[in-house]
Amino acid sequence: MKIGVFICHCGENISRTVDCPRVAHFAEGLPGVEYSIDYKYMCSDPGQKLIKDAIREHKLDAIVVGSCSPNMHERTFRNAAVSAGINPFLVEIANLREHCSWVHDDVEAATEKAIELVRMAIEKVKRDKPLTKIRVPVTKRVLVIGGGIAGIQAALDIANAGYEVVLVEREPSIGGHMSQLSETFPTLDCSQCILTPRMVEVYQHPKIKLLTYSEVVKVEGFIGNFKATIKKKARHINEDLCSGCGLCITKCPTKKKSYNSFEENLAFRPAVYVPFPQAVPNIPVIDETVCMYYKNGKCGMCVKVCDRGAIDFEQKDTMLVADIGAIIVATGYKLYNIEKATPESKYKGYGEYGYGKYRDVIDGLQFERIASASGPTAGEIKRPSDGKEPKKIVFIQCVGSRDPSKGISYCSKICCMYTAKQAMLYKHKVHDGEAYVFYMDIRAGGKMYDEFVRRAIEEDHVKYIRGRVSKIHEENGKYIVKGEDTIAGMPVEIDADMVVLATAMIPQDNAPKLAQTIGIPYDKHGFYNEAHPKLRPVESTTAGVFLAGACQSPKDIPESVAMASATASKAIILFASDTLEREPVVAKVNEDLCAGCFYCKKVCPFGAIEVRDIKDVNGIIYKEVAYINQGVCQGCGTCTATCLSKSIELAGFNNEEIFAEIAAL
Amino acid sequence: MSKQKWEPKIVAFVCNWCTYAGADLAGTSRLKYPANTKIIRVMCSGGIDPVFILKAFERGADGVLVSGCHPNDCHYNAGNFHARRRWDLFHKLLDFVGIEKDRLQFSWISASEGKKFADVITKVTKDIIALGPFKTYQDMNAEFTTVFPEFAEAGNKEIAYEEEMTNG
Ligand SMILES: Cc1cc2nc3c(=O)[nH]c(=O)nc-3n(C[C@H](O)[C@H](O)[C@H](O)COP(=O)(O)OP(=O)(O)OC[C@H]3O[C@@H](n4cnc5c(N)ncnc54)[C@H](O)[C@@H]3O)c2cc1C
Ligand code: SF4
Ligand code: SF4
Repeated sequence: MKIGVFICHCGENISRTVDCPRVAHFAEGLPGVEYSIDYKYMCSDPGQKLIKDAIREHKLDAIVVGSCSPNMHERTFRNAAVSAGINPFLVEIANLREHCSWVHDDVEAATEKAIELVRMAIEKVKRDKPLTKIRVPVTKRVLVIGGGIAGIQAALDIANAGYEVVLVEREPSIGGHMSQLSETFPTLDCSQCILTPRMVEVYQHPKIKLLTYSEVVKVEGFIGNFKATIKKKARHINEDLCSGCGLCITKCPTKKKSYNSFEENLAFRPAVYVPFPQAVPNIPVIDETVCMYYKNGKCGMCVKVCDRGAIDFEQKDTMLVADIGAIIVATGYKLYNIEKATPESKYKGYGEYGYGKYRDVIDGLQFERIASASGPTAGEIKRPSDGKEPKKIVFIQCVGSRDPSKGISYCSKICCMYTAKQAMLYKHKVHDGEAYVFYMDIRAGGKMYDEFVRRAIEEDHVKYIRGRVSKIHEENGKYIVKGEDTIAGMPVEIDADMVVLATAMIPQDNAPKLAQTIGIPYDKHGFYNEAHPKLRPVESTTAGVFLAGACQSPKDIPESVAMASATASKAIILFASDTLEREPVVAKVNEDLCAGCFYCKKVCPFGAIEVRDIKDVNGIIYKEVAYINQGVCQGCGTCTATCLSKSIELAGFNNEEIFAEIAAL
Repeated sequence: MSKQKWEPKIVAFVCNWCTYAGADLAGTSRLKYPANTKIIRVMCSGGIDPVFILKAFERGADGVLVSGCHPNDCHYNAGNFHARRRWDLFHKLLDFVGIEKDRLQFSWISASEGKKFADVITKVTKDIIALGPFKTYQDMNAEFTTVFPEFAEAGNKEIAYEEEMTNG
């Protein structure tokens, strides 16, 4: 076998700490190596040409590239090899950048290590076998999880392209946080007015199957061939019979039994409710924890008033299974819980701001509801404690965000903008009111964004104070906000009637659990990880699973929508062909060696292993062996390590290949 | 590595999805750690055969690290659970035959834990340096082969074959 070795300098990224010519020279002397060279940028066009020319000229059978991580350019080099006539699986990458030059300072030690890494790769490539990609069919149906603006946009784009969508929303209605907003920056157009038509479109679209009040409980399979199990929680209302008249809601006697979470607990709701008047679908749910029927078997008022007989107390949760080709995760965010710090919560509360203690210290979403024409005050700015119009209001930015001591190091990105928006809305509604904003920095990057903040300051005379607030306490119905003006260099004190905290955007509580159900990675906060921070921002590292909206990191509406359309196009690209190419890294049983113990069958996480009968010439079964379904096997290799008779091999990572790497150390 | 001073040889078997990516992140974050450890990539920690580890010791490794995704984060759903059970047993076995427990270490390192990767490598290197060169395997081998000379011959043949494979 003739091997070519190509050592990349990566500009200076590798060559600064690794003596690349020496590595190339060393490799040249190794048995089997026909050709070895170093070059400034192997991944560049001339670099790839160099590889291709060398393959043809020296009739190479396999190549080793010493470069950046295989996660970066393995594909590039494999493609180059293929175009010069080499099987893509006879290409090995020695990771000289991420695993060597970038993590070591000492040139001697790094060069020695680079030499060993290259030697290991050479030994592996000698034993690599040519492999061909496996083709599997694609189910052309998308599962969208989360019905906020991101999920809605993704579902509509895909459905309009002609593919089926299953949209799963945990709450009784789609809409997400956008449905709670009053008006939106930077245009100040009404949030509901632009959102509701889209919600209705989702509901009426023949290609979209909408499952509200539902959750994804299990995901099996792989790209093109997922199987999702969805739990549809009992609404206790028959969806087919209910006409959405709402009589049950008006007659239910439990008017003030439960806080209305859509109104951010600024109002109450009865046991039977729709989250908000424009809800889609407009079908109520009965909250078992509040309903009197479930308490004492009495009441049943709703049954009496519902002339369609839609109330069904006996309704049970149901499970649905759907075949899915691609998954879009769009589960959004929640707001930092400032109520109180608990020993278990990793975030520390803001007790010093009195949230949860003073009723007029509220968070951003509560202000949105107060400012909303459909909200609990019908859009009039009134404070929760006594319903009076606040004449002096203080907004505090970065509550939680950019505060590692509270567990959050990142910037929530949208709070500068929505605080400016809320201060403007306040000034437009309370003409003689005073609005103050405490800020750390103003981060208003975006089209017309900085202009928007300037408008708040210059036209609406919102007073911006650069500095932090240390404490808020109550005195005679006023909230004394003590802080520091770091520009003037002196302490400030404002006796406010109401305080709005711009709390950090954090992942949904169940974000890690859902990630584990689907099998996608998440960061230390619980936001889902993209496959590449720059070049693959809407893909997860799991093939066929895409990310849209604020579940990936804090985002505003335009960004969420852009991301959603990007995920839709990713799914549509996937569906452009009927079959899918898969990496041929799959396990295979040597039937002669297999002892038929089926330990492998027990450990395979994908159920890829079946029992196959081996018959003699007379058709009599004389042996049972394991057989691995290549379409189902994902190539983890758990079976290979479990098999006692060593009769299973994982293509591309077989024992011989790994032993060779070990031996090359 | 410098020829004057003894430098430990450490092999890390890591899974492709979590720890390999975590090691990449350590690189992109320009974290520094000792250069003694060489990574061998497998698809899943569930696919790491105990024989790999024995082979590494046999071939002169002074320490071995095995690392994969955190429980529940496995790319293959459950591979790392099998790994965990297997390692528990195997670790006890090594201990039983008299190999210091710290020679073989396990950790869960996710794709977002570049810092943890650098810390683990630094710690493992320190531990192995403290333990000194690993001779037990060779010693045991020598003892064994004096009692059973026929095995020595077979073993030599195997090594010769491997050498031939490596050079040929
Ligand atoms: C106070 C405030 C004001 C704002 N003002 C503006 C503004 O003026 N302009 C602007 O552009 N942006 C604004 N934003 C930001 C805006 O809310 C977000 O950008 C947008 O809502 C993100 O949409 P999303 O679909 O990603 O997430 P979300 O709106 O959070 O939607 C996620 C959906 O997924 C559902 N879900 C969650 N988990 C699951 C699960 N496991 N299974 C099924 N479903 C699930 C949720 O119930 C929800 O319906 C504001 C944010 C705040 C906090
Ligand atoms: S039975 Fe329950 S939901 Fe129906 S009216 Fe009575 S309390 Fe309300
Ligand atoms: S490698 Fe083995 S255990 Fe893993 S998915 Fe394939 S058959 Fe199952």
